[in-house]
Amino acid sequence: MNPVLDIAVRHRLGEFVLAAAFTSNGRLTALFGQSGSGKTSLVNVIGGLIRPQSGRVLVDGEVLVDTARGIILPKHRRRIGYVFQEARLFPHLTVRQNLMFGHWFAPREARHSSDLDAVLDLLGIGHLLDRRPGGLSGGEKQRVAIGRALLSSPRLLLMDEPLAALDEARKAEILPYIERLRDKVGIPIVYVSHSVAEVARLATTVALVEQGRITACGPTAEILSRLDLAMRPGAPEASSLIEARVIGFDAEFGLAKLETRGGSLQVARGSLALGQHLRVRILASDVLVSLAPLTGISALNTLSGTITEIGERSGQDASTLHLRIDCSGDALTVLLTAKSVAALGLAVGNPVHAVIKSVSVETP
Amino acid sequence: MIDWLSPEEWTAVRLSLIVATTAMIASLPFGLAIAFVLARGRFWGKSVLDAAVHLPLILPPVVTGYLLLIWFGRRGPVGQVLYEYFGIVLSFRWTGAALASAVMGFPLMVRAMRLSIEAVDRKLEDAAGTLGASPAWVFAAVTLPLCLPGIIVGMILSFAKAMGEFGATITFVSNIPGETQTLPSAIYTFTQVPGGEAGALRLTLISIAISVAALFISEAMARLVARRIAAA
Repeated sequence: MNPVLDIAVRHRLGEFVLAAAFTSNGRLTALFGQSGSGKTSLVNVIGGLIRPQSGRVLVDGEVLVDTARGIILPKHRRRIGYVFQEARLFPHLTVRQNLMFGHWFAPREARHSSDLDAVLDLLGIGHLLDRRPGGLSGGEKQRVAIGRALLSSPRLLLMDEPLAALDEARKAEILPYIERLRDKVGIPIVYVSHSVAEVARLATTVALVEQGRITACGPTAEILSRLDLAMRPGAPEASSLIEARVIGFDAEFGLAKLETRGGSLQVARGSLALGQHLRVRILASDVLVSLAPLTGISALNTLSGTITEIGERSGQDASTLHLRIDCSGDALTVLLTAKSVAALGLAVGNPVHAVIKSVSVETP
Repeated sequence: MIDWLSPEEWTAVRLSLIVATTAMIASLPFGLAIAFVLARGRFWGKSVLDAAVHLPLILPPVVTGYLLLIWFGRRGPVGQVLYEYFGIVLSFRWTGAALASAVMGFPLMVRAMRLSIEAVDRKLEDAAGTLGASPAWVFAAVTLPLCLPGIIVGMILSFAKAMGEFGATITFVSNIPGETQTLPSAIYTFTQVPGGEAGALRLTLISIAISVAALFISEAMARLVARRIAAA
């Protein structure tokens, strides 16, 4: 079976060289990297806004670019939806006309009369139809832009930092819609971001972009916890992503009880609902390691596990190192000083207890 | 009103409106094309084209009229072809007056359109492209509506210039009542004969009224269009 995305391109822009190659089968592939690392150039190559000097771009096995065979499909024939950082709605058209713009150009067999209703329902923008883009809030504009791209029945959806121009409240408003998009619609998404929180929450696959190259690509939890990547400039700080389920609440203290494979966690309740599945993220530097179970300590959470990997000494003056603890199947990445590791005599195979403050557990 | 103006004066007014409207409409496709090329094109000789478009603004109108006479006269290199193959005669006809007015108003038209095309956000065109619109559709559905205010302004400027054009017209097609005598030529004729002051004044007032009306209409239309596309 063909991968959803198969990309290998080379393109020089002045001093900057984009030389990126990766394949992905993820439902949402995040391109993660610092500003200026080439993420946007890469999606522009996929979307047809940049003609690469050499290389190939395949989506679902279909050739969009293959310079060796002289194929560079123009952007209007690629059927790739593009959601830009600024929504780029057409100011002279109403929201309805904006939404239907791409739909009109979509191939007849790919469009259905019920498409608009489905998209309005998915994105919650039905009440905006007769408005003009000028009167919409940033979050509404971005949702309309997503709907407009969806209605062009694309085979792939590109999202270039769609939340970057929005404040925190608007981001929180849109994130659930992108999750629904990822889980319900079945169009693969390439999502550009420099926010670890967004990537941790949304991505199924992560490709790290560094100076025009892809330095790593794989499942999100694996990439975010990889010890060798954590020390690279521009890479996200090492962290662990753990699948969890809400099993109860502590009403008196406003906490939610989560079940994970390695044990239970208590976190701030927030807007969590009973039975909800979620991914929590724990920074490697927020975890304590103890040889014996601790008592008389304020941290509420302890996961027990076995050390499976101890990384190279790194950081400033090589004073720190990462280790990985297997907690009944969940991998927990921990950042410790080399001195602590030596003092405790930690080695691969040792049973240990990982102590985590509730306030250090990031929930969506 | 009919009594207020003599039949000759009415003819001059009507002829002026026909000449100016023809000049405006006939130069629109060329003006838009040149404006688009100057706004977007990158090619060798662009500055030469830009200068050539602006020439009628800089040259004395009489010179422009004389060049038109040489080129588009019955025996001129272009005029001869037009006459032999299409039966079109320009010299000493109202069509010639329209050509002279169009040429004189061309730089104004192109300038207004060019500025508005340059102001269109290319990113919107890219977005339209990713939505499946071919370049021709992008132009028709995005670029053109967004620069419509500039197109309207360019057309009105061309019309107003044509209403007032005198030097090139009188040089190229002379001052023939009923054929090439537009409002300015008629006013000029009145001032050359004893007792013509009243007629000159009447036509002057009409000339002012038409120009002001054109200006108001263009403002109103541009504002209407701008309100629709504003607040982006």
